[in-house]
Amino acid sequence: MSDHEITRVDSGTLPPPIDRRLAGKGKSIGNRQRFLRRQSEQVREAVKRAIEGRGIRDVGDGGEDVRIPKRDLREPVFGHGPGGSREGVHPGNEEYVTGDRIERPRGGQGSGGSASDSGEGEDDFVFHLTKEEFMNIFFDDLALPNLIKTTLADTPEYKSVRSGFTNDGTPNNLSIVHSMRNSIGRGIAFHKNDRKKLLELLEELDQLESVCHMCPAGYDEAHQKLTEEIGVLETKIGHDPEVESHESIANRIAAIVSKMRVIPYLDPIDLKYRARMRVPMPYSKAVMFCLMDISGSMDELRKDLSKRFFILLYLFLTRHYEKIDIVFIRHHTEAQEVTEEEFFHSRETGGTIVSSALLLMEQIIRERYPSGEWNIYGAQASDGDNWGNDSGTCSDLLEARLLPLCRYFAYIQVVEEEQNLWREYAKLAERNKSFAIRKVKAVSEIYPVFRGLFQKERKA
Amino acid sequence: MSKVIPRIPLPAGERPHERLPSPGEWSFPLIEQYHRVIRDTAERFGLDTYPNQLEIITAEQMMDAYASVGMPINYRHWSFGKEFISNEQRYHRGEMGLAYEIVINSSPCISYLMEENTMGMQALVIAHAAYGHNSFFKGNYLFRMWTDAGSILDYLVYAKNYIAACEERHGYERVEEVLDSCHALMNYGVDRYRHPEKLSLAQELVRRAEHAEYAQQQVNELWSTVPTKPGSASKESLKKRFPEEPEENLLYFIEKRAPHLQTWEREIVRIVRKIAQYFYPQRQTQVMNEGWATFWHHKILNTMFDDGYLSDGLMIEFLKSHTNVVYQPPVSSRYYNGFNPYALGFAMYTDIKRICEEPTDEDRQWFPDIAGKDWLPVLHDAMHNYKDESFIGQFLSPKLIRDFHLFALLDDENEEEYVVTAIHDDAGYRRVREVLSNQYNLGNREPNIQVWNVDVRGDRSLTLRHTRSNNRPLNDDTDEVLRHVARLWGFGVQIESVAEDGKVVETRKCLAPKMDDDE
Repeated sequence: MSDHEITRVDSGTLPPPIDRRLAGKGKSIGNRQRFLRRQSEQVREAVKRAIEGRGIRDVGDGGEDVRIPKRDLREPVFGHGPGGSREGVHPGNEEYVTGDRIERPRGGQGSGGSASDSGEGEDDFVFHLTKEEFMNIFFDDLALPNLIKTTLADTPEYKSVRSGFTNDGTPNNLSIVHSMRNSIGRGIAFHKNDRKKLLELLEELDQLESVCHMCPAGYDEAHQKLTEEIGVLETKIGHDPEVESHESIANRIAAIVSKMRVIPYLDPIDLKYRARMRVPMPYSKAVMFCLMDISGSMDELRKDLSKRFFILLYLFLTRHYEKIDIVFIRHHTEAQEVTEEEFFHSRETGGTIVSSALLLMEQIIRERYPSGEWNIYGAQASDGDNWGNDSGTCSDLLEARLLPLCRYFAYIQVVEEEQNLWREYAKLAERNKSFAIRKVKAVSEIYPVFRGLFQKERKA
Repeated sequence: MSKVIPRIPLPAGERPHERLPSPGEWSFPLIEQYHRVIRDTAERFGLDTYPNQLEIITAEQMMDAYASVGMPINYRHWSFGKEFISNEQRYHRGEMGLAYEIVINSSPCISYLMEENTMGMQALVIAHAAYGHNSFFKGNYLFRMWTDAGSILDYLVYAKNYIAACEERHGYERVEEVLDSCHALMNYGVDRYRHPEKLSLAQELVRRAEHAEYAQQQVNELWSTVPTKPGSASKESLKKRFPEEPEENLLYFIEKRAPHLQTWEREIVRIVRKIAQYFYPQRQTQVMNEGWATFWHHKILNTMFDDGYLSDGLMIEFLKSHTNVVYQPPVSSRYYNGFNPYALGFAMYTDIKRICEEPTDEDRQWFPDIAGKDWLPVLHDAMHNYKDESFIGQFLSPKLIRDFHLFALLDDENEEEYVVTAIHDDAGYRRVREVLSNQYNLGNREPNIQVWNVDVRGDRSLTLRHTRSNNRPLNDDTDEVLRHVARLWGFGVQIESVAEDGKVVETRKCLAPKMDDDE
């Protein structure tokens, strides 16, 4: 590096600027992932809060702000702390003279050259999780297989349908009829006057030529004669533009023709393309019944498990159906149809009769959701408590009346202990493929409930 | 010196028939047109640059570049992600305008032009970055000594790939831990005085292959002190410290001597150290570097205007931006946040030119060497051979001290109040200049910490020594940084703060980290 030649760059050549705008977008994604991983605790916490706070339908909307205390993100370095003595220079002296003493500003730290690092006003570091990141974390908790994750996170399938014509497109979509119609129309509009004039001129030329033909001495002679006559006339009445020579008429014809040539036969503005529009695939309708036991033993944790279970089912369904109704049925000894808010946030005490909810579900189906029009899904969550011999009733009710109406019915039990309801359901699940049961103690155990459902989907 | 600096600016070429077009929007041909004129104008003043490469980027890419310390490529680390997110948010909230330019000390020298800029701004940036900064990178002695512009991009590619490979082989977490610890010591990963030999990428690869084992041997050698026969070890050798001379480059010491680091960990320490060294000159030449670039964009664009190239509209737009760039809020302003290096540097180079061209009696007395000389060679000399500290110490004139209304303020913990120690008057010029010069001495801004001793025969703990200046203690981060040191060192670490009289006034300790596996 020591000795450089004395070079004067050749003044002709300069490398042109490089356009990087399309390259290397999102270069920092890797860094962002590392950042998210490092803050995974807070991120997970935020996602959890969002799931608690949001309605089942809104979870899929993704996105959430994550708040991280600034001190967790600090990168420590050696530096000077407050104390000792330091002298600094500042600009903008107005009134001080050497030796002046100035009161320290409150809060100790001065207007010193070194930055104040003892700032107490620690703002949280807030950033926004994108929809993908949010769903990923939600799915991670649920331990979804990757394939399922992508199918779920995807927006529904679209199909492309015709929707009129546009001005730009690819050649294979060119509409020849429309383009030609434009071209001809434009031609007519542009050439209207020229065409008229051209016809007139041609006529004149014809006349001239017919004069020539009459004259056996030939054209030149006739012309000669004609111009003489014209000359006489002109001198009498001044120049008459109507009367022209053969050449000048031919010239004018040529000018008009060449002008007409300049206007292209087919111009880019004539081109019309068949337009296509993406519309969501027409889906049939589905209704999802959420059944939950709200007796005293269902605590917040169990409710959270149940809620995630319902969310997941909802997400699966949004993948397949355009319109989804959700019906919330809660029950203790008797069942009630309620709003989502009431469903998750109320608790009552008392016994449990599960069949009451099933009966209500059946009743609602018969009244509002005829099974010919609706795809019916049932999701039931409970801690397994049930009134003495009601479990047998439930099982019978499901088998005989509900399952034939339903596409799928899933039951999760949020405690380990097996009571009579579980035993009855277990027997039923063996016999019936559209019925699945699972014990779930952690969110990661929810997914297998749906596995059966998906295997069926694949076959279909 | 690489290029002969003309004594006076070379004459202008033929006057153009018409001014360059100046629409608001830039276009590629227009940038080239302007660039050519800027280049020709810069050459008249003897600005010697690396070849220029202009790149058009989007705002998002600008933030990308910001986040990875302004480099077009870098290894992956969460802190860059954090940086990106916070920049992005501030940008979208409108709290922060993006810098007009980023320029990379590499050969060719890459200058980024943001797509949002107007044509006038692009011209300013080209003059500022591609000719101002670029010639500074090529000319300033610190850069010449410490950085190799030709190989930095290759080295960063190597670093990125190496660290990615480490992540794959050893897991993110372990790599991240090592990087976190290295970053905590990055400012102490530079040789301040010793001059390392420059390595090209190819040499670097060969070096790594050959020396990996050898380096490990070296490390082992230190620890393989087979107990000597009792009594034969002289008291002197027991008392001897290791290292014998204090070592200022903490990362270097760790790379070479930390007992438990694996080869790949040593290489990461080395990578961080090399990058820290690359940035070291920039940290010492903020005022000079920005001042130089600002002086030249101002000079070049004004010259182009005088020569008949620039339109009035473009010139007005340029002057507006320029005025904003060199604004220095006074201490009483709520926008005051220390010195604006653009303002101070620009004022100083402009002032040096003034001293050369129109010296007053005061200037002749203060600057006998340069008063009345040709300004161009003097200005180049003031760029080549100084860093901020010495530049201010040498060239800050009484006139500038008056113009800026500078005053020095002493903040002593033993005093109830601040004391004004000097102002912009005859009695104060020298003191103001000295204090300001000191303010830019990196050694003053960062605590002086060196490796003092290793307990080779005992618990292998490492002792760092902090020499206090003006009795200033260490900050609250210290304990946490020590934990990072201990993680790299593998054994206990302590730091002693030594007062100016040599007495240890404070000791902080960090115990040996737990080892998951003792290899």
